[in-house]
Amino acid sequence: MRKVIALGGAALMTALSVTSALAAEAPASIQKDCAVCHQMSGPVSPDLAARQTRKGPPLFFAGNKFRRDWLEAWLQKPTRIRPAGDFAPDHAAKGPEGDAVDAASLSDHPVVDAPAAKQIADYLMTLTPNAALLAKEDYTPGRVSARIGAMDFVKFKGCSGCHKDTPKYGGFSGPELYTAWQRLQPPFIVSYIRDPAAWEPRTLMPNKHLNTAGIHKLANYLRTIGEKPEKAK
Amino acid sequence: MNKLFILAVFLCGSILYPRPAPAADAAHGKALYRVYCTQCHGLSGDGKGINAPQLSVQPRNHRDRAEMSARTDDDLFKAIKEGGQAVNKSILMPNWDGNMTDAEIHDVVAYLRELCCAGAK
Repeated sequence: MRKVIALGGAALMTALSVTSALAAEAPASIQKDCAVCHQMSGPVSPDLAARQTRKGPPLFFAGNKFRRDWLEAWLQKPTRIRPAGDFAPDHAAKGPEGDAVDAASLSDHPVVDAPAAKQIADYLMTLTPNAALLAKEDYTPGRVSARIGAMDFVKFKGCSGCHKDTPKYGGFSGPELYTAWQRLQPPFIVSYIRDPAAWEPRTLMPNKHLNTAGIHKLANYLRTIGEKPEKAK
Repeated sequence: MNKLFILAVFLCGSILYPRPAPAADAAHGKALYRVYCTQCHGLSGDGKGINAPQLSVQPRNHRDRAEMSARTDDDLFKAIKEGGQAVNKSILMPNWDGNMTDAEIHDVVAYLRELCCAGAK
């Protein structure tokens, strides 16, 4: 099994266990540890080779992208968000019925303890170089019925080719989207759909050239499916 | 009269000697194909990528000589650049114009020709 992440959880916890007196040094240690797999300073390289060798999503704009509370919680109990890893061709294997995800080639994200998770989340939220992109978006979250939203997602826009809008249905090569609403800031969702390459040259996400209404409809669907668990309470 | 003659010669020249398609790099096309195409069309281009089982319309098998020979390079270029719907195919084939330049798409087309038809000549 190929270890994509060399740094173990224990080592990460040790490295990130800093006292309050050393809090000023936290950014440097976070930068160093996260940089094993994540790009911590911009910009994203337009070289094809850079995308092929990437191990994890860039974090230098994490403060523009992630919801802070979700990030802190996830670091303590990480789950896989991209079924086929960050670069699907590296984690696909040929089988008798076609290619399948090679689970053995996927590595788990290190588990971070609560104090370190808080520190990391606080720090990553300070990384906001793309605030101007978010400022362009004027999005007020709305509602779309699950049925209409699913039809839009699957039939009209084809997002399900790469993304899952339920744990059981959709493609494997893109991040799961049934948790997108919990993970991502709404303006980022809208901005990324509008122009993925503005955030990441060599992104694997096509630009569907949707109008604003179409983009907001998709974002609203992500809200609908994302908030569904709460309705079950 | 001289100007008209020169213009006529120029126009005839343009017609007789149209600008050739850019020289495509199939090797670079192969790298691009791996990054963007194999997730659905398969690691070997057989149409059985990791996403294929979930798709309501199956991806093209790019190794199928008969099927691929029925399409021109322009057809393939348009499908890649503008998406499946632009060539009356499925919405599940995305438009890749936001991810690849025209020159790069030509490279992919060159690689597709190798996939389907290498050794045919």
